[in-house]
Formats: sequence, C-alpha cells, structure tokens
Amino acid sequence: MTTEFSNVRQRPWYLHPHLNSQALYVFAALVILVAAISVVSSAFLTTGNLLNISKNFAYIGIASLGVTLVIITAGIDLSVGSVMALTAIVTSLLFRATAEWPTAAVPGLTLAICVTAGLALAAFVGTVNGLLIARLGLSPFVTTLGTLSICRGLGYVITEGRGVIVTGPDVSIFYAITDGTLLGIPTPLLFLLALAVWMGVFLHQTAWGRYVFAIGGNERAASLTGVPVERVKVSIYVASSLMAGFAGILMAGWLGSVPANLAFGYELRIIAAAVIGGANLSGGAGGPAGAVIGAALIEVIRNGLVLSRVSAYWQDTLVGLIIILAVLVDRLRERRAS
Amino acid sequence: MSLLELHGICKSFGAIQALTDVSLEVEPGEVVGLMGDNGAGKSTLVKIVAGNFPPTSGTSAVDGRPVEFHRPVDARSIGIEVVYQELALADNLTAAANVFLGRELRRRFGPFGFLDHRAMNRRASALFAELKSETRAGDLVRQMSGGQRQAVAIARTRLAQARLILMDEPTAAISVRQVAEVLDLIRRLRDSGIAIILISHRMPDVFAVADRVVVLRRGRKVADKPVASSSPEEVTGLITGALEAA
Ligand SMILES: Nc1ncnc2c1ncn2[C@@H]1O[C@H](COP(=O)(O)OP(=O)(O)OP(=O)(O)O)[C@@H](O)[C@H]1O
Ligand SMILES: [Mg+2]
Repeated sequence: MTTEFSNVRQRPWYLHPHLNSQALYVFAALVILVAAISVVSSAFLTTGNLLNISKNFAYIGIASLGVTLVIITAGIDLSVGSVMALTAIVTSLLFRATAEWPTAAVPGLTLAICVTAGLALAAFVGTVNGLLIARLGLSPFVTTLGTLSICRGLGYVITEGRGVIVTGPDVSIFYAITDGTLLGIPTPLLFLLALAVWMGVFLHQTAWGRYVFAIGGNERAASLTGVPVERVKVSIYVASSLMAGFAGILMAGWLGSVPANLAFGYELRIIAAAVIGGANLSGGAGGPAGAVIGAALIEVIRNGLVLSRVSAYWQDTLVGLIIILAVLVDRLRERRAS
Repeated sequence: MSLLELHGICKSFGAIQALTDVSLEVEPGEVVGLMGDNGAGKSTLVKIVAGNFPPTSGTSAVDGRPVEFHRPVDARSIGIEVVYQELALADNLTAAANVFLGRELRRRFGPFGFLDHRAMNRRASALFAELKSETRAGDLVRQMSGGQRQAVAIARTRLAQARLILMDEPTAAISVRQVAEVLDLIRRLRDSGIAIILISHRMPDVFAVADRVVVLRRGRKVADKPVASSSPEEVTGLITGALEAA
C-alpha cells in the first residue's frame, strides 16, 4: 500500500523552531534597543554600567527561570516576590541568631546552615503551593495569590516592619559569594547563567523536563500515559520557590540589609520577563533563554530611561507595552508556523 | 487459559454507575469488538484494564493470576497497551516524544539519565514505516492530520512486546483508506498472537475484523457472542435496547 499525504509539507528554513523562536525575536529587539540607547547616551555602553545592569537583572532573571518552569505546566506562581523577601529575612535573622553558636568557629558553617534553612523554608512554601494545586486541584492563581499574601505578611510580622541588617560571623564570605565578582563578572550574573544552563539541560535532556512540557501541552494525556503529573507539578512549584528564595538571598547580599518590603511587587516583573521571553501562559512553551533575555530587556529599558534622563516612572508603562507587543508577536509567529 | 479475565467489574463515579457487574474473557490472538451507545461505559472499561483507575469492585486476572493495576505502567509491564479515544497526545511535543511519553529511552551518565533523542527518533521512524504512515518523528503533533495523530497513538502500542492491545475508536475521524490500514494492522497483530479489544461505533469495522462482539448498554453487558452467529441488525438492536439481550 502506498500513501501520499498532501498535507505533509516541508517548512521553509526561516520557520525552523530554532530560528522562529520568541526568545530569538526578543533578543533581536534587545540588540536594537541596546544600539539605540548607546547612540542616545554615551554612558550606556561603559563597562561599569553594563556590569550594573547585569547585576540588577540577575535577581529578576533567577526568579523568572523558576516561574518559567511553572508557566510551562500551564500554572502560575504569584508568590515569588514574597518568597524572595521571606527567605532573605529569615536567612539574615538566622545569621544573627546563630552568631553565638559554637558553629561560628568553623568558617562558612554558619553561612551554610542559614542559607540551607532559608532555602528549606522556600521549599516548604513551594511544597504547600504544589500540593494545594496538584493534589487538591486548587487554581494556581488563587493559591499563589494566597501564599503571596501569607509570606509577605509573615515577613512583616517577623521583622515588625523593620529592616534586618546582614551581620554575623561569616558575613565577609557571604558578601564575597553574593555580591562579589569572579573574573570580573558579578556573581549574581554567574548564578543566573549557571541556573539557566542547568534548566536548559533539565528541560530538554531529561525525562522529567519532558514531562513538564507534556503536562503543559495536555495534562490529561500526560496522566493517561502514566506521567507522574502530581509529583512533577509539586517539584516545579518547589523549584520556583527555591529560585525565588535564592534570588532573595542574593539581594540581601547586594543591599547589606533586608527591608521588610524587599522585592515588593516583583512578581509582576518576574512574570513579565518570562512572558516576554516566550513562556506561554496557556502552557507548553517557554525556556530559560527567554526568561534571561526577557529580564535583561526590562532592565535595559529601565537603565536606558535613567540614562536618557527620562523619568524612571515610565518604566512600568513601557514594560506593559512590551508585554503586549511580545504576546502579539508570539501570536503572529504561531500563526505563521501553522 | 484466558489471557484476560474480568469478573464482576463495577465502577461508579459519584452517583453515576458507569459499569455494573461486567465480566469478560479474552483469549490470545482474539479480536473482540466492544460496542455500545455513547456513555455505555466502553472507555471506562478500557481505563480500568489500562490501570488508569481501579474498579469500584470486581476482579481481574491475567493468565489466570489475579492482578491489580494502580498505574498505567503496571498494565504495560505485563503487556497491555492502549490507544485512548482522545489519543492522549501532547500537541506541543514531537511525534517521537509522544510515542515514548512515560517510557523515554535514556542514556546513563553515572547517577543521571539523559534522553536518548537519536535512539527515540530512529525507533519512532521505524514504527511509522511499519505502520505505513508518513508521519515524521521530528514533527510537532500540533501540525499533524487526524490520520498521522492516529498513527502516533498506535505506534505507541508497538514499543513493547504487547500481548493485549485496547483500541478505543482507533478509526474515528480518519479517512477510508486509513481505516483500511488500521484494520489491516489489527489483522496482522492478531496473526502474531496478540489479542485486541476494538471499540468502534462503526459496525462494518467490527464485523470486518472481530471474532467476537460484546455489547454494553448503560454499563451492563447485554451480549457476548461470535460475530459469525450475529448480524449488524441484531447488534444495532442490542445497542439501542430494541433487543433486550442476546
Ligand atoms: N472520570 C469520570 N468522572 C465522572 N463520570 C465519568 C468519568 N468517566 C466517564 N464517566 C461517565 O461514565 C459513563 C460512561 O462513560 P464512557 O466514557 O465509558 O462511555 P463510552 O461508552 O466510552 O462512550 P462514547 O461512545 O461516547 O465514548 C458516562 O455517563 C460518563 O459520563
Ligand atoms: Mg468512549
């Protein structure tokens, strides 16, 4: 029996998934923007300014990686900003609380204990999110809106609304790791890049990563074929909280103190970065490159506005415009591809 | 000894009684046509045998040994494969990724297992060739025709050495020529000793390949007889309830 399918066609090279990807389009936009701003302001392309930018967007970028994982499964995590704050607060408070412990005698041990405890708290929040969403079937939006408020509220309760100064036996190591440089590159940026690479390998080279995409594409199909949907989803919310918590700890190192309102409202920028980079809120699409590029784009806009002596208050308006533009481009791209 | 033996299977979803006291035996190399109106409980029976959910009551046995499936892998591991009615494909993944979903081929690097993309693509391509489908392993399912999707869903059952394949409306929504190919495949599978439960609303398909026809009506088995001693008219009557039982 011979077969002929007239609807099977070769796609033109420019529609190849690698070239016709949202991340690449946004990267092109980023390059154009960088070129435009550097014409307007000579201060933009200086090493100092670029390092400054890269550090600033690293925090958003790291949290955005985690949120991207959640968005790929067709979920959403609104609690990331609050988790950043709560983790940073608890970690810094532990620094002070453990200063008198005998563990302080061993360099780095206090740091390890405090950071581990802070991240464990973040993982706990993620587990709660994940179980409520995956096992009880609550809406991701409402659940994480709840934990957003709970974590932010707890942060205020613990600190009584005051800031926490980062001090303790290992504080110099802490600053070296969170706010130092390696080969001239700020450590937060290195962490971002390392995590992005890890996430790329995880998503595309492991079965678990493939399940993340399968759940976002068709959750019923995934569960029928035996994908452990519940466990994958819980793990994804834990990863999101962990990345947010880690970004919060890095911010604590950058600021030297943790205000109770640290990262207030960041969830919007974090989600915006993921979406601009091509994470599709209806699930099934997204990746680390998009999250990193999206976060960079937002920061370049903010920095560009400052350098061009335009009020930085325009940032939110512009970011909003870019979100809508990105979704439009995404839609057009999809239409052309199918 | 029967390959599959279901005894007194009941399944309720809250107030809905989807299956009531269904018993069924399937022999190796036998094609059983399972028919019934919409909502008669056919897909529910498939999902119980596939391990998607347990029955409310009743027992199953394979090769005479009692079995209990909690997950689809349990059923798969003893050679039961399924083509789901909804095909159960993830649109955003490639054909090969869908074929191997839930049982990816991996290469080990110490404690880590990485996807073996090349092996999976090669194997999927071979399966599509065997099914005489022009489906390409690397294409996204989103861009595929109904027949190609069907091919992907069927290819999945050919990964492991299956002993029983459940096909829930494998010929819905495909062209006449593609239907002929699926029926052809069913015959080839039967000839190699694989048992098949074929669910279809299309009377000609069932009468073309099935040895036995089983009719469900509102969750109860109302007929179970050789195709040779039945007729499309009788089966139609059984499905609609014009005939009480046969
Ligand atoms: N997961 C579920 N939850 C609740 N009710 C269900 C579920 N699955 C099936 N049912 C109900 O069980 C009954 C049998 O459904 P089933 O899908 O088995 O029918 P079917 O014979 O496959 O029908 P069709 O020919 O339309 O595919 C229906 O009343 C259906 O609404
Ligand atoms: Mg059905």
